[in-house]
Amino acid sequence: MKSLRLVIPLAVFLVIVAFLLAGLARDPREVPSPLVGAPAPAFSLAQLHDPGERLGTADMRGQVWLLNVWASWCVSCRVEHPLLVQLAQAKIVPVVGLNYKDKNDEGKAWLAQHGNPYRVSVVDSDGRVGIDWGVYGVPETFVVDKGGIVRYKQIGPLTVEALEKKILPLVRDLQKS
Amino acid sequence: MGLRATFLLFVAALIVSSAWAQGDAAFEARLQALEKELRCLVCQNQTLADSGAGLAEDLRREVRTLARSGKTDAEIKEFLVARYGDFVLYRPPVKATTWALWFGPFALLAAGAAIWWITLRRRRTAGGGAAAAAEAPPRADALARARALLDDTRLRENE
Repeated sequence: MKSLRLVIPLAVFLVIVAFLLAGLARDPREVPSPLVGAPAPAFSLAQLHDPGERLGTADMRGQVWLLNVWASWCVSCRVEHPLLVQLAQAKIVPVVGLNYKDKNDEGKAWLAQHGNPYRVSVVDSDGRVGIDWGVYGVPETFVVDKGGIVRYKQIGPLTVEALEKKILPLVRDLQKS
Repeated sequence: MGLRATFLLFVAALIVSSAWAQGDAAFEARLQALEKELRCLVCQNQTLADSGAGLAEDLRREVRTLARSGKTDAEIKEFLVARYGDFVLYRPPVKATTWALWFGPFALLAAGAAIWWITLRRRRTAGGGAAAAAEAPPRADALARARALLDDTRLRENE
């Protein structure tokens, strides 16, 4: 009885500590997307470098691809950009850029300066497609499978760790199927 | 200070003029109420109505367009939940994953009340026992022993 009296508060305390510790490790800015596992929201947008041409989700059917949401005004896009350039050079998976709420000239100048890793960048100047994709913190990166289902969403800049541990293994898996 | 005042004036003028341009107070009130129920994803502790973030602006515009096209509040919320998840709702829906959120506090309150009640009851029975012992006449042999002890000390003090 005496020992129980000691054990119960201790157990409660430890449970609270466990919850708080788990909470510390999580990023409150990372809101789980309801899009993962759902069909990618369809779009067909003008291309940044060739405004007469369009590119859309339908054109990417049948292959695994990444959608990277970027903008010239986005500071942390610069952080992930070298990784995207490397990824493009490795030719593992096509990356489509969604130039989000940007000006065409500034977007093009930015790519000229930092390198263009995108197969195609499309223009979402008013952010409408961004809303459809649930974009709220640029940069964001989505993995879409051959059937057009969103498989993964990276919020914030890509990291070596995220690429090596999550995105690339997932892409290879999806490419096999 | 001058800049700030001008900015506030500008914002006020914008709000007033846009509301006036709408000319539909009920519609504005409905939008206001709806936007207060929605969270801004960028500045997470602000409602869509309060936030000045770019995305909040876009979402307000989206909500307005949807409302004008005849969508109900529930349909507008559904639209946003489909894109951003339940997190956009300041009032999370009651479902299996949110039971702990909704009913947890009441469960804790009930547990607290139960512990309080049990403790009180236990204390009352324990207290009752002590009182009963005080009222009962002392046993004869205990009395005799006490008297002997008292006598003993008295004798020693006289020495």
